[in-house]
Amino acid sequence: MVFALSMLLLSLQIVYGFIMGFAHMGYDNLHSFIPFNTARAVHTNLLVVWLLSGFMGAAYYIIPEEAENELVSVKWAYIQLISLALVGITAIIGYHFNYWEGRKFLEIPRPLDWLVVANVLLFLGLILATLFKGKKRTTTALVLTMGLFFAALLYLPGMIWFDNQTMDSFFRWWVVHLWVEGVWELIMGGILAFLLIKLTGVDREVIEKWLYVIVGLTFISGILGTGHHYYFIGAPKYWLIIGGIFSAMEPLAFLAMALFAVAMYRKGEKRHPNKMALNWTLGTAIVSFAGAGLLGLAHTFPAVNLYTHGTLVTAMHAHLAFWGAYGMIVLALISYTMPNMTGRKFYDSATGNYAFWLSNIGMIGMTTAFAAAGVAQVYMERIMGLEFGEVQKEIQIHFLVLVLCATLFATGITLYIYEFVRYGRPTDEALIK
Amino acid sequence: MLSKNQARIFFLGGTAVSFAIFLGLSWHSLSSEVPKQTNSQNITPQVINGKKLWEANNCMGCHTILGEGAYYAPELTKVINRRGDEFVKAVLMSKTPWQPRGRKMVAYGFSESEAADLVEFFRWIGETDLNGFPAPPKYKSTINLEN
Ligand code: HEM
Ligand code: HEM
Ligand SMILES: [Fe+2]
Repeated sequence: MVFALSMLLLSLQIVYGFIMGFAHMGYDNLHSFIPFNTARAVHTNLLVVWLLSGFMGAAYYIIPEEAENELVSVKWAYIQLISLALVGITAIIGYHFNYWEGRKFLEIPRPLDWLVVANVLLFLGLILATLFKGKKRTTTALVLTMGLFFAALLYLPGMIWFDNQTMDSFFRWWVVHLWVEGVWELIMGGILAFLLIKLTGVDREVIEKWLYVIVGLTFISGILGTGHHYYFIGAPKYWLIIGGIFSAMEPLAFLAMALFAVAMYRKGEKRHPNKMALNWTLGTAIVSFAGAGLLGLAHTFPAVNLYTHGTLVTAMHAHLAFWGAYGMIVLALISYTMPNMTGRKFYDSATGNYAFWLSNIGMIGMTTAFAAAGVAQVYMERIMGLEFGEVQKEIQIHFLVLVLCATLFATGITLYIYEFVRYGRPTDEALIK
Repeated sequence: MLSKNQARIFFLGGTAVSFAIFLGLSWHSLSSEVPKQTNSQNITPQVINGKKLWEANNCMGCHTILGEGAYYAPELTKVINRRGDEFVKAVLMSKTPWQPRGRKMVAYGFSESEAADLVEFFRWIGETDLNGFPAPPKYKSTINLEN
């Protein structure tokens, strides 16, 4: 149910992605109804909301199981989800009517922000109550809950009004950066640990020990790594050094996750029959290292970032990072939980494998197209000094490639959703239980 | 080998130390350096109103400013240097979509005073000390010498 919402939002996100892809190609035919900024705000906000609803679904599944306690109130959990969806839909309709707050990723207008806060408080209340009334407090559950809790807390600095654009930006990064390169990694790590415990059968103590090491690396590098967004926004020069050094260490956390997942897979004696969940689990650990770790590293040094800052190079990194780290972990969890919830032994299928490979190959192709466009843009505009618009004309062709690869990607996702719908209903057997 | 308890201490200790340093540096930046680098004494009511218009219309949904935003339309931090007041005002007040090279901007049709506020916002932000961003292009005008 939660996951169904999440999937629906994902498909809408892709539609708006195509609108922008075509606009970049020079076909901005929808301009009068959906100008680029509307399409973009909808695309990125849907992304965030489908991931968050995925995380919430994950928490509703994992926390009761880990704590060995029923969710304190299923009714309130439904109310929470439905109200979140309503706020999201209102915001997105608003974006079509110039009702927003033009701050990248935080476009939700202030009054709706308060509803989000209320909603998330309700969510946290349910999770915390379930956890603390439960029999056990496992590390996995604690790390996941901590991630969710701090994610909620960090939303607040993004709601303060500043007259000074630099200060506005400074605190916007407390949300955007400290989410994706901090607390969301805790959420990802928690879900990953849970899946590995279930899928590989390796001893919990071993997995959780490495989980601590990973989230330790995350925070040690990621918190001061925020400095890589303070290089060129009117903040002091020492951020070039601090941000440069610590953000260059951020890939270590992702590398650790990839090594960890592969090592546990090798070590595990038990082979859980759910092969598709295992694909997605290993996939997320590896693709996140490529997208967030390596492609992040590619432009995080100040000398490089001076030229790439605010170009399509950023979009290249953003796509593979979000997909690898957070898109895939949500899909991994869905693949693992659905058969358990429906009682169907749906573990391995041709369609499911096509979904995995097509979406990943498509996304890697899209990343490459953004990379070609971005690098060409950097050289022509930033180094040769050609005018912005001239350069955009030169790189249009890369957006044709982008749209073609996006079609592959979308086909993969369609297959995933098709299987999700087809096998998502409980069997009679499970219903009786 | 590392025990689980040591791993936990590494996580909690590392987080606490990093976070403390981060808060300290942020405080130092915001209280003394950022106001200097951004000339905060020059933030007039006009500039503030310009910023409000900037946000209310989600200009950042196509453009970047301070290098942040979208990659559909040009970076605007130094736009006044590049184009001058009158050009920028004309774009903002235009009642039909401005479309250099075919790519359309939303036709906002701002009033004279709104356009002036946005220009003041751009003028203020254009004077911010951005540690060298945007870098001057290396090869400018070696090809088209007549320009
Ligand atoms: C899963 C983790 C990550 C995600 C989802 C992610 C996503 C993003 C996004 C969406 C942006 C654009 C933000 C904006 O302009 O508002 C961005 C920028 C950036 N990211 Fe990441 N990122 C991740 C990890 C990393 C890592 C580990 C590094 C460094 C090693 C890194 C380096 C950068 C840099 C340097 C920028 C600034 C680009 C610019 O100046 O325009 N990222 N990232
Ligand atoms: C059919 C698939 C997709 C297409 C065609 C597409 C296309 C685009 C385009 C054209 C932009 C705007 C770049 C600009 O500002 O000029 C964008 C932004 C973005 N998209 Fe996608 N996208 C797709 C799928 C996805 C997926 C699956 C994710 C995440 C998993 C994603 C995450 C993002 C993010 C984070 C941004 C903001 C990037 C930034 O500002 O640095 N997109 N997308
Ligand atoms: Fe970052």
